[in-house]
Amino acid sequence: MPVNTAYAGREYPPGPVYEVAREKLREFADAVGADHPVHRDPDAARAAGYPDVLAPPTFAVVIAQRAEEQYVGDPGAGVDFSRVVHAEERFTHHRPIHAGDRLVTVLHVDSIVERAGLSMVTTRAEIATEDGTAVARVVSTLAVRGADPEAGA
Amino acid sequence: MTGRAPRLAELAVGDVIGTRTVEVDRARLVRYAGASGDFNPIHWNERVAVGVGLPGVIAHGMFTMGAAIGLVGDWAGDPGAVVDYQTRFARPVLVPDPGSSLIEVSGVVGAVDPESGTVRVDLAVTSDGSRVLAKCQAVVRLA
Repeated sequence: MPVNTAYAGREYPPGPVYEVAREKLREFADAVGADHPVHRDPDAARAAGYPDVLAPPTFAVVIAQRAEEQYVGDPGAGVDFSRVVHAEERFTHHRPIHAGDRLVTVLHVDSIVERAGLSMVTTRAEIATEDGTAVARVVSTLAVRGADPEAGA
Repeated sequence: MTGRAPRLAELAVGDVIGTRTVEVDRARLVRYAGASGDFNPIHWNERVAVGVGLPGVIAHGMFTMGAAIGLVGDWAGDPGAVVDYQTRFARPVLVPDPGSSLIEVSGVVGAVDPESGTVRVDLAVTSDGSRVLAKCQAVVRLA
């Protein structure tokens, strides 16, 4: 089934709260080799002017992907993960994410563009505090190959 | 960390911020899968990767993107100074077993914006001689 272009423009209701934990940030920092002490040491983070340990700049993808699951996990959307390639990613941080944050994400399907046998699907995750203060935006573009194996390349 | 943080007024377009080499093996990909929650088997299972037409297991694009930005955060003296970070995924990084692949990261100042108090760092990220991330740019807030 091809990607359903009727999903373009959708906005999903806010997902459940994501509670940012120190040990999760340490685990992620270890995984990407982020050695800076502000990711692990609360004293170092406070000395740098932050309330608690900081997430590495791409950690927001963990939160965004949970929100994206509402869309890509919907069979009606027609996004077959065996034919998906990650094309583009962009993070905009209104402020760094830190341990103790309780974050709520609203997912938007911004566009679905057909191009040379590919469907370019762009989603936008708006991450905010529970009271609605914007924290980060994650824009992700997936390239989905058509069902015909000759169509993609 | 070495030296003091860079200052906006002392930077010019073309200044080199540094270089870094990231080594990636299958264990590193499994670690990233667990930490990120991205368990797509093309990043750890050769059979599945080949089955979907890839030459073999490839690194998560988000692993490469996440590993590359460390250079910028360390240079700035504060990873929290990265206010915007984007890339296109140009080519996958093939990760052999046994063995490992190397990802080479280098950064130059691409723009200085005194109005907003930010600089744009342009990252060149290559593996095996080919660029793997394209238009890889980070905007950093500096004093």
